[in-house]
Amino acid sequence: MRFLLRRVPQLVVVLFGVSIVTFGLVRLTGDPITVLLGETATQEAIAQMRSELALDRPVHVQYARFIRNALRGDFGDSLRYRQPALTLFVERLPATLELAGAALLLALIIGLPIGITAALRPQSAFDGLVRGLALTGQAIPGFYLGLVAIILFGAQLRLLPTGGRGSLAHLILPAATLAAYQVAIVARFARGAMLEVLGEDYIRTAQAKGLRRLRVIVQHALRNALIPVVTIIALQVGTLLSGAVVTETVFSWPGVGRLAVQAIYTRDFPIVQVTVMVTAALFVAINLLTDLLYVLLDPRVRVGD
Amino acid sequence: MLAIDRRIAVGTVAPVVRAATPGRRALRAFLRDRFALAGCVLLAVLAVAALWPVAWLPHPPELSDLDARLIPPAAFRGGTPVHPLGTDNLGRDLLSRMMHGARFSLFVATSAVTIGAVLGIAAGVVAGYRGGLADVVLMRLVDVQLAFPLLLLIIATIAVLGRGLAVLIVILGIPVWAHYARIMRASTLSIAAAQYVEAAKALGGSETRLVARHILPNLATPLVILTTFEIARLLLIESAVSFLGLGIQPPTPSWGTMIADGRNHIYEGWWVSTIPGLGIFVAVLAFNFIGDGLRDVLDPKSHARRTII
Repeated sequence: MRFLLRRVPQLVVVLFGVSIVTFGLVRLTGDPITVLLGETATQEAIAQMRSELALDRPVHVQYARFIRNALRGDFGDSLRYRQPALTLFVERLPATLELAGAALLLALIIGLPIGITAALRPQSAFDGLVRGLALTGQAIPGFYLGLVAIILFGAQLRLLPTGGRGSLAHLILPAATLAAYQVAIVARFARGAMLEVLGEDYIRTAQAKGLRRLRVIVQHALRNALIPVVTIIALQVGTLLSGAVVTETVFSWPGVGRLAVQAIYTRDFPIVQVTVMVTAALFVAINLLTDLLYVLLDPRVRVGD
Repeated sequence: MLAIDRRIAVGTVAPVVRAATPGRRALRAFLRDRFALAGCVLLAVLAVAALWPVAWLPHPPELSDLDARLIPPAAFRGGTPVHPLGTDNLGRDLLSRMMHGARFSLFVATSAVTIGAVLGIAAGVVAGYRGGLADVVLMRLVDVQLAFPLLLLIIATIAVLGRGLAVLIVILGIPVWAHYARIMRASTLSIAAAQYVEAAKALGGSETRLVARHILPNLATPLVILTTFEIARLLLIESAVSFLGLGIQPPTPSWGTMIADGRNHIYEGWWVSTIPGLGIFVAVLAFNFIGDGLRDVLDPKSHARRTII
């Protein structure tokens, strides 16, 4: 528990930093008034808007206002859609969660078993294959893989839809594209963690006691090897979101990534702000959950505290 | 006869000449790793392509020839040896564009990594060596940096600050500091705890001298390994940024921009985006191979992993 009591204030500090960067990013754009009202606005209109948005006040007052509003869920209205930015973000969020969740699931179903199996037979042909696959998966740009998938399965074979969201078939190509990198990462770390654990003394002890190989692997090795793998998966959430930005663009998937990219093109800053801020906060929250999981999985964390 | 003589000569002389210093042993082990060797060869090819003078390219990379649009690579039906890798939708020679583009992609990635590395090494060494408040503040800043989805932060910053080569390099480079700071801090902590550093301190060495003579040189190993992986990562990020239309301005070719160009002609000319895609793939693979090989050789812990059930 003491561990958590120390972590929570740290996270508050991190979120504070995130809010300053997000606030600063939008302030760097210069005067949002011209964007809001256009070049032809009258002096009175500009002055009125300025005091409405408190832009005539000192920066720290503006920041305090930004935080107050953000905590109430008010990130301003989208300049393009004339709707609250947060509402637009929340509307698009399920699509991204669906895509990222499917990709993560694929990564676990494929990555974990092949990584673990490779570690059990190091330097074998299968190990070489997994190492090659992992390196390949990490080296292919996601958007390029998406294009290849579109050429192959959409244009040539006409098997799967290549854009939009709807049926399960729509999910296959984007999820597989997004998962490729994650499969590689999971397989690589599962292999590494398993190899490391298998070299430990307690494994040798368990073997020396004459326990069956399967039991040593599952009960003694796997349980310990999963701890670093869980951490890596949690850290991958950020990569998943970045990957979603590109994958959603390639496959016209109506998620927050595509929303953000379009907002950046149209200089719709409230949307950019809400996307950056909320995804960063999500990432921080997921890391806290990982820490909790860590405490549950690894008694050493509790003792070492 | 001669061959035998030579073999004998090598066999007798070699142990004396090649005293197995740790460096030599590492180099030999590195070159035995087939993946690492392949990475070095690929990187050499890329370096030659990137440094190849523009005037010597088979065609000017930005010259369009509307009579030679969308010619497939020479190995495919309809291809011609004049354009070994084919042409794009404006009839520009893809081989020339790929070679010219290698320059931008590699330049952007390596310059950006340099910026991030300098910032990150400084932060990591200060945090690890000084500890205390500096450590707490710097590591929280690392957490803040890593909390942002990188690609989103980068494209948002480009949208705010505008486009251009210098801006792109700085925007790509700054976020890299966080990884460097974390790893350099950890390495500094372990080096600073070593006995020889204690000894140097006891002998009255100044702080600057301690850091310059004892800490920094020992950071070289983790630094080199991390840098190869970071360059690979930035190559991918730069290509994604270019693909989203926020990278280097056309007509200057960057591989990411070339993929984005080809995207609109994917049905008539699959090769236009496939070839630069393969280029990025090969470059990233080369750096990852080298990084993996270096880690296996230089990180003593990874030796232990070879003896398993």
